[in-house]
Amino acid sequence: MRKLDRKLIRDLGQMKGQALAIISVIAAGVATYVMSMCSYASLEWSKDYFYREFRFADIFTSARRAPDSLIPRIERISGVATVESRLVYDVLLDIPNMEEPATARLISVPEDGHNRLNKLYISRGRMLEPLRTGEVVISEVFAEAHGFVPGDTLRAIINGKSQQLSIVGIALSPEYVIQVQPGSIVPDEKRFGVFWMNEVDLEAALDMTGAFNSLSLKFAYDKNPDEIIEQLDALLKPFGSVGAYDRTQQLSHQYLSDELKQLRGMAVMAPAIFLSVAAFLLNMVVSRIISQQREQIAALKAFGYTNYEVGLHYLNMVLVISLTGTLLGTLLGFWMAANITELYQKFYRFPMLEFRIDRLAIVSVFLITTTAAILGTWFAVRRAIHLPPAEAMRPEPPPSFRPTLLERLLPANSLSPELRMVIRNISRRPIKSSLSVLGLAMAVSVMILGSFTLDAVNYMMDFQFRKAQRQDLTVTFFEPATAAVIYELSRLPGVLESETMRSVATRMHFQNRSRRVGIVGLEPAPQLFRLLDRQEQAVSVPEFGIMLNSKLAELLAAQPGDLLTVEVLEAKRPTLTIEVTAIVEEYTGVNAYMDKRRLHELLKESQVASGAFLKVDANQLQTVFKELESRPGVGSVAIKDAVIQSFEATVAENILVMRTFIVMFAAVIAIGVVYNGARISLSERSRDLATMRVIGFSRSEVSTVLLGEIAIFTLLAIPLGWGIGYALSAYMVSGLETENYRIPLVISRNTLGMAALVVMIATFFSGFIVQRRISHLDLIGVLKTRD
Amino acid sequence: METSTVFRAVDIAKVYRMGEVNVHALRGVSLQLFEHEFVVLLGASGSGKSTLLNILGGLDRPTSGSVFYLDHELTASDDTRLTRYRRENVGFVFQFYNLIPSLTARENVELITEIAKAPMHPLEALDLVHLKERANHFPAQLSGGEQQRVAIARAIAKKPKVLLCDEPTGALDVQTGIVVLEAIARINRELGTTTAVITHNAAIAKMADRVISLSDGKISHIEENHTKVAATELEW
Repeated sequence: MRKLDRKLIRDLGQMKGQALAIISVIAAGVATYVMSMCSYASLEWSKDYFYREFRFADIFTSARRAPDSLIPRIERISGVATVESRLVYDVLLDIPNMEEPATARLISVPEDGHNRLNKLYISRGRMLEPLRTGEVVISEVFAEAHGFVPGDTLRAIINGKSQQLSIVGIALSPEYVIQVQPGSIVPDEKRFGVFWMNEVDLEAALDMTGAFNSLSLKFAYDKNPDEIIEQLDALLKPFGSVGAYDRTQQLSHQYLSDELKQLRGMAVMAPAIFLSVAAFLLNMVVSRIISQQREQIAALKAFGYTNYEVGLHYLNMVLVISLTGTLLGTLLGFWMAANITELYQKFYRFPMLEFRIDRLAIVSVFLITTTAAILGTWFAVRRAIHLPPAEAMRPEPPPSFRPTLLERLLPANSLSPELRMVIRNISRRPIKSSLSVLGLAMAVSVMILGSFTLDAVNYMMDFQFRKAQRQDLTVTFFEPATAAVIYELSRLPGVLESETMRSVATRMHFQNRSRRVGIVGLEPAPQLFRLLDRQEQAVSVPEFGIMLNSKLAELLAAQPGDLLTVEVLEAKRPTLTIEVTAIVEEYTGVNAYMDKRRLHELLKESQVASGAFLKVDANQLQTVFKELESRPGVGSVAIKDAVIQSFEATVAENILVMRTFIVMFAAVIAIGVVYNGARISLSERSRDLATMRVIGFSRSEVSTVLLGEIAIFTLLAIPLGWGIGYALSAYMVSGLETENYRIPLVISRNTLGMAALVVMIATFFSGFIVQRRISHLDLIGVLKTRD
Repeated sequence: METSTVFRAVDIAKVYRMGEVNVHALRGVSLQLFEHEFVVLLGASGSGKSTLLNILGGLDRPTSGSVFYLDHELTASDDTRLTRYRRENVGFVFQFYNLIPSLTARENVELITEIAKAPMHPLEALDLVHLKERANHFPAQLSGGEQQRVAIARAIAKKPKVLLCDEPTGALDVQTGIVVLEAIARINRELGTTTAVITHNAAIAKMADRVISLSDGKISHIEENHTKVAATELEW
């Protein structure tokens, strides 16, 4: 080994604490990046594989009842390769040992037992036998949630009749990679399952022989979906189509895409933060080493080492640190990705969710960290390169100090000499000082970034499910129910309050934008299903016009006063012009609301209801469930508490895992910045400090000089970090925003306090280590020779 | 003995900036150094002797004037050529040794032998300063005199044509200083290396072939010493 390399290794050994701190910061950034990119690659690969091999459709549509004779005409639409029609019905299940009703989505499988699109992957048991009745294949998450295995039976209420179904297989479908009930925001594997049945079975039970109510198709080649959608809608219009949509509005696909988008966002943000901190720390440490080794550099050059060799020596030091950090971070990233991928298995079901290594990402992260490390230290290394040896032989001139502005403002001698030293030191190197403050502020902000998501989600849940929606159950009907049904429902024993709603599928147009969205007609002053504005104040439903939630307003770029063209996709399918009268705040979904009576008027219909919101006496919940199950008109029952619970079990768990990682990383940054800063100040000033001790200053007075600076930096960094944390969180919120849910920018005082506390603890801890070194200052040695 | 000129400096001046002040270190110095000779550059602190040595060693450039090493004009050389000149021809010994603290005595010497053209064995160099036994000690484990002898071993290991010593005994006590000077004198004697030692200590001048005195950036006088004494007989 070359002696210069041996020097490098020993020098690194000497500064192992500092090197380790920087390595950790780099590793944290790299790990987050690698984790995101590999999870992304794994998810994307598994998705693509599943979609391709199991022929996931491109366009989806539904109708009330369309004749099979329409299918050849659909197949003739240019660009369409494969069409599959089917029956899809949501029914209530009667599951023993489960109080509340569960909803099953029944999907028909063609007579020959083979889907042409959205094929099933049978993970257990077998596929349906053609023409065999009473068999079902059920979705894996639902089977697991209830412990169902092939051979078990269960009862479903199909078209008012309770029917026994025997489970023959457990399956996965590209259409239900994540299984979310429409209208819900989170998967609820216990209360929502997907069942596949023989077509003949369903046709008979639902009286739909020779007809279909759902259709999906695949393109022959890459084609603008809008053209096909237009023709499809035209064909199906007479049969009650509520409008076709492409994958972007397919629920499972939407969730997957959102997850992928979020992983991408994280992959950009994490390295940006961590690597800039690491570059700063490297700069600090390497600058110090180079000025400390000024005379060694001079000696090397005097003996004929070239500037290039000397520069490379220090660059190698940087590279050893950055490459070690990258390597460790990569391994940590793999481990994290493997963990996250495992977590994904719970929600996202693929025939195989294979952990994939994104090789390009690994290569790029090595390039990125190396570049950041070199850029961060380039000025310091260049100083070593250009250091004229003769000048380096002479002792460094004393640094220039000036009385600071603060001292000039304060009366003379009002500051102690220690404090004056601290202030002059800070102001002598304003760039270095501000970078130190910025580094610490980054630690504070990363803490906030890691923690605020939980605040935000809690706020969102509270806003949406406690303040806005106060019902316990949401019941929806297969067909709009008459006033009599509603009256009966409200009189059920145990139902304390009830409100009805009318929802209707529409396509809204504003200027050149359009959007498939359901309009929900509400009672004028709803008490259960309330709408709130941003200030959490209830908004009453205006008599005329339409209210949009904030996301829909954004999608359509519409504001109060704008006139929307609303194409109703049900019943008589009128096209209406309605004025936007208000925007309401909602963190989930894309919705529009109107006065129910006004909606009836526009649709020229009687007072029917699509569903009802019920407030129920908790003690009589079971009776209410029993009653609801026995009513053939009831399509689904959503239980608010169950939604909250499953949300907490899924999203919260997901966030918690991330949060743990991020908080650890924030602590790494804080310790890295403070510890390095303190060690460097100590080494730069050990002579001054020892001199102070020799001329009679006490240990604590000497510590003031050193730790005072760190304390001031920390105090300045906390509010700055809050600000940066707020900005980064805002950026992250916008990256996390999806049509299904938005995370509000809410940061609690606890989070701010916690962020400050962690950084203060890191400061204290680093201060303590450095303080111990002050006690061991070599008072005589340090004065005798130059270092 | 027929001697040829190794260094020829013509009217060199040097001004440099230190902190916030201009320092006139040299104000027109002309001199010659000859092959194999042992020269002492004598002067008080601030007389410009270190600056002169740095310029001869190719570490620094004069503000004006020219310097020749054999037939190379150092003052006309660029950085790369100066580096090569130092690498191939010059051995330096500094007042504060400038050893690499993270390398052992032997490794400090090897640091130089690795890049030299025809160096001696590192242990041979250490043997010349009687430190072979301490080869595996780190600088912090050596006394000041021992460190300076390692520095001498390091300087001569490449078998340089010239050995330039900047206050080699400046940080040492008398006994240790004498041991170090003895080592330098022996190198000069045995290897024939042209040696320049700068010092403010007039006593050391007695062991030189020639003494060049500097004061206030100028040569005050040059004296040939016909009665060279051994380092062991020096007293101060």
